Amino acid sequence: MAAMTSYRRMQLYGALLLLPAAVLLATFAYLPTIATLINSLFLPGFRGEPAEFVGLENYQLLIEDTTFWRVARNNLIYALGTIPTSIAIALGMALFVNARLPGRGFVRMAYFTPTILPMIAAANIWMFFYAPQIGLFNKLLGALGLSGVNWLGDPSVALTSVIVMTVWKEAGFFMIFYLAALQSIPPELKEASDLEGTSRWSFFWRVTFPLLMPTTLFVLINALINAVRVVDHLFILTKGGPNNATNLLLYYVYENAFSFFDRTYAATITVVILLVLAVVATVKFAILDRRTHYQ
Amino acid sequence: MTNNNHQRIRLEAVSKRWDDTTAVDAISFDVTPGQFVILLGPSGCGKSTTLRMIAGLEEASAGRIEIGERDVTRLPPGDRGLSMVFQSYALFPHLSVADNIVFGLRSRKVPKAERRERLARVAQLVDLEAYLERKPAQLSGGQRQRVALARSIISEHPICLMDEPLSNLDARLRGEMRREIKALQARLGMTVIYVTHDQVEAMSMGDRVILMQDGRIVQDGAPDELYSRPASAFAASFIGSPAMNLVKLAASDAAAVIDGETEVAVAPAAAAGGQLGIRPEDIEVQPIDGSGVPAEVIDEEYLGADTILQLGVGSQRLRARLPGKHSLSSGTRCRLAWAPEAAHLFGADGLRRDDLTPVAFSATVARTAGKGGAGAPSSTAGSTHP
Repeated sequence: MAAMTSYRRMQLYGALLLLPAAVLLATFAYLPTIATLINSLFLPGFRGEPAEFVGLENYQLLIEDTTFWRVARNNLIYALGTIPTSIAIALGMALFVNARLPGRGFVRMAYFTPTILPMIAAANIWMFFYAPQIGLFNKLLGALGLSGVNWLGDPSVALTSVIVMTVWKEAGFFMIFYLAALQSIPPELKEASDLEGTSRWSFFWRVTFPLLMPTTLFVLINALINAVRVVDHLFILTKGGPNNATNLLLYYVYENAFSFFDRTYAATITVVILLVLAVVATVKFAILDRRTHYQ
Repeated sequence: MTNNNHQRIRLEAVSKRWDDTTAVDAISFDVTPGQFVILLGPSGCGKSTTLRMIAGLEEASAGRIEIGERDVTRLPPGDRGLSMVFQSYALFPHLSVADNIVFGLRSRKVPKAERRERLARVAQLVDLEAYLERKPAQLSGGQRQRVALARSIISEHPICLMDEPLSNLDARLRGEMRREIKALQARLGMTVIYVTHDQVEAMSMGDRVILMQDGRIVQDGAPDELYSRPASAFAASFIGSPAMNLVKLAASDAAAVIDGETEVAVAPAAAAGGQLGIRPEDIEVQPIDGSGVPAEVIDEEYLGADTILQLGVGSQRLRARLPGKHSLSSGTRCRLAWAPEAAHLFGADGLRRDDLTPVAFSATVARTAGKGGAGAPSSTAGSTHP
């Protein structure tokens, strides 16, 4: 009996320790998620009328909404454009600054600087690069005798411009993770493979890259979440235009909720985003985690 | 591979300098094929750096390194035809034991069938057949050590460099692996250069020991040479456990005595100012009414097979190793004796002095005239305890 009580007490003790985190998570993550899910099943009530339950009608609307599909396609291109590129560049930069080179500390700092800048500030800088007449890129093109491009105004170029800026911003951040991982690889591994005349290329693919897999997986998930989550630069650069050419899912949610005041439709899109992210993350973990070596 | 000349290693005035520090200072030696050579020394003496220069992992600042008939001083490690076992083993954590062992063969594009065949042979040699599918993290320290060995054996390079390969193992495993490595080396006829700071490894494994200090070679010879004729006070104190006693010699009348103890002359007058070295196992402890250098027991340490006595002689301290168990309370007065050939004299500069012969305790002989044999052979030290 006494043992039972002490066991109970331990359980209570453990539950109490979990409570603060659980309360915070529930209040700011789980409750809003559930509220969003419920919201997505209603139509907004106008002029003080209560919201009307409509079941899956919002989802029906979503499927028929060509703008949504346009935005979803944009976001897919945006993800495919930013994730592999920024990871590859991050890895390249990390390998470069991990080697012995003069002024290594300075180069590392330079690579990391874009990460320290707030997205809004970075976007403002890039506004000057992209500006049609006075922008840096067009000035450079002009100096070469080429006619300028309307980087943010041309629907066929605008999304690429946004992607380039995002890659610039993210690569330095991911580089830090790769650099930390590279430094945890013992130098003897390189020496042991040097003794067998292993080429650098072969060493990278047979040893370095596999040992970096946990980092790659982490960075991949982060990059994916960022591709959907971070839309600050759109407010500065394009506001989703021209003609939705650079509109991304979260920005579209924002537009629906705060420009068109269609909260329930915004909730519907949010639920879809959550579902897609959950599925992709699960698949990534299921496939890559098994092949990843954790030290 | 059968041509022995491929295995010869020659270092000529090889140095390694970093900015203003000199890690290795113009050392030269030759290793003949099939030899098991130990580079021995305290940490920071340059032994690992020397090994890494032979491997090509560090570039020599000056001098010339030859393997076989080739000058390899500027060649990359992979072209020198040698393998290496690292202190940390340097196993690839994400690869299975089998993949770790054949890693180098894959780099050298050895065909798959041959790889498999060589793997089977080597795995059997080092007793790893049951573990080929495991990852290094799932192995014990001794097994990891075997994988590292297998990786260097499978390359079939005639020369194997080992950098303190046993220092991460516990004492018992270390003893086992010492014998195994030695047996493997003899069986495969490999030339081995083995770096260690452990004199027991050096004595038990090496055909030849190169003792280093501050980037220079102090003594180069067979293990028993280092033990019985240490070239300097440093060499004397480094080999043997417990270390050789080194006591200061002071001048007295016409001879040298142990500092602070004026009764018994132990060396000719010219030895004064230098040091006298006697191995603890060469000291014979006799009752106070016997003959020899008067001493006082400070404490004793019982180790099972033998007892280590701490003794005070004049201002100096000595250790004596007596077989079996002895109960000597501290403060007991006794006399110490040793065979003249067991005593080593070192000059003030620490170098061995072969020009002088230790005295066979003339004072004692004079005092106990007729008794004689004061400096009697000490091999039976244990039989004459008080």
